[in-house]
Amino acid sequence: MLLIPCPYCGERAESEFSYGGEAHIARPADPEKASDADWADYLYLRTNTKGVYFERWLHAHGCRRWFNIARHTVSYEVLAVYEMGAPPPKLDTKREV
Amino acid sequence: MDWGGFQSMAARYSIFSLIRNALAYHEDWPAAWRSPEPKPAYDVVIVGGGGHGLATAYYLAKELGVRNVAVIERGWLGGGNTGRNTTIVRSNYLWDESAALYEHSMKLWEGLSQDLNYNVMFSQRGVLSLAHNQHDLRAQSRQSNANRLGGIDSELLTPAQIKAFVPIMDLRAGGRYPVLGGALQRRGGTARHDAVAWGYARAADALGVDIIQECPVTGFRIDNGRVQGVETAKGFIQAGKVGIVVAGHSGVMADLAGFRLPIISKPLQALVSEPVKPVLDTVIMSGAVHAYISQSDKGELVIGAGTDRYVGYGQRGSLPVSEDTIGAICELFPSFRRLRMMRLWGGIVDICPDASPIIGKTPVEGMYFNCGWGTGGFKSTPGSGWVFAQTIAHDRPHDLNAPFSLDRFRTGYLIDEHGAAGVAH
Repeated sequence: MLLIPCPYCGERAESEFSYGGEAHIARPADPEKASDADWADYLYLRTNTKGVYFERWLHAHGCRRWFNIARHTVSYEVLAVYEMGAPPPKLDTKREV
Repeated sequence: MDWGGFQSMAARYSIFSLIRNALAYHEDWPAAWRSPEPKPAYDVVIVGGGGHGLATAYYLAKELGVRNVAVIERGWLGGGNTGRNTTIVRSNYLWDESAALYEHSMKLWEGLSQDLNYNVMFSQRGVLSLAHNQHDLRAQSRQSNANRLGGIDSELLTPAQIKAFVPIMDLRAGGRYPVLGGALQRRGGTARHDAVAWGYARAADALGVDIIQECPVTGFRIDNGRVQGVETAKGFIQAGKVGIVVAGHSGVMADLAGFRLPIISKPLQALVSEPVKPVLDTVIMSGAVHAYISQSDKGELVIGAGTDRYVGYGQRGSLPVSEDTIGAICELFPSFRRLRMMRLWGGIVDICPDASPIIGKTPVEGMYFNCGWGTGGFKSTPGSGWVFAQTIAHDRPHDLNAPFSLDRFRTGYLIDEHGAAGVAH
């Protein structure tokens, strides 16, 4: 069970949250001009990092607000919490655990 | 079978070798495979010494005559998902493409122990999938009919037939998970997962394949878009072709090769109880409640749970996931409530958006990926290795795996098997 630090409610159990997957995936700016490969990239391709991963969470059974976290996908340690729309924090992403 | 002169009759397993070795107090069994140092170069290097990788090497050597092959493994053989799954085998997938692939695998399973001269303990005890509501019933009859049209055995059972088939199950399930029907594939069942890895390893080794353990891959050497070889903890190994079959770590390997995959990696959990006398002689699965259960030959109840919701490479699962599964199992099998659980573990599964695998060529020439089996890789071990060997040897996919290309995410030709795959493997 992860303890996820909701920036609005504080630390809560993982079961209160929904997962939103990888953060910072930009929708093609000009959809009419996007090729099939661009759409495949946007819809399906993921970095799936073993290490520090930037991801979105929704406090579904709480304040119902979205936010981003940076989490290590081996230790599951939460390294940073930041609001939607903010750029990812600068972290040592190659750090081994 | 043709052992290619590598394996003498003395090393062949049989009732006679068993008796001979029993008389020698089992102290003289020959090693099942060699542990060679890597050669400087191979025609084909397979990355990943799980069932799929070892099967690939075996079929390359046996069916395609490609014997200058190495399998390199980060840890030990079958130490990843091959040794962590719940050992279920079935082929009743919905779409023609999947059904053909999984049924090819099923046919290989049916002769595998004889083919490998290794008892993989394949037991066609039946796999019964439960329906708990009207929607489940409709989805099940659609899938069952599709299977029968495709020549794959499937029977729809009424609650009364289910009660006769599995007397220990409570069809009311405490009112939470009432059993309204089920679909049974009688040719489905289980196999001993470790034996599958060891059997393929021994048979591949006998045909000249080098199996190199404790040898993590640290990078790929790629010139002008063509792979030249593999950087490993034991030095550079030159390779004409590289096949990558690493399940949960597919994304890590793709990153080293400079491209991305439509895959996310998550832990999938399973657990086993203390051993008890025979109580359950089939496999029960329920996609709706994310639970599946069978009894091993040792008497342990083997229970499979769901995946975590988030990306993770820690080989352990989140407790709420297994709690949900155990809750449902206890409603369906009230007599299991007093059992103690002995072990709970996780394996990292590589999940595709359409719950179907990717088997084929990549943006790097000479490099092939076999990944995305997600929660259902074990059942397809023989078929996966077989088609991947064909793909590598001929530098083009076999008809069976052509639809499972990486390119389908660009063309939109997805093979949506969420219904048939579920988590139930």
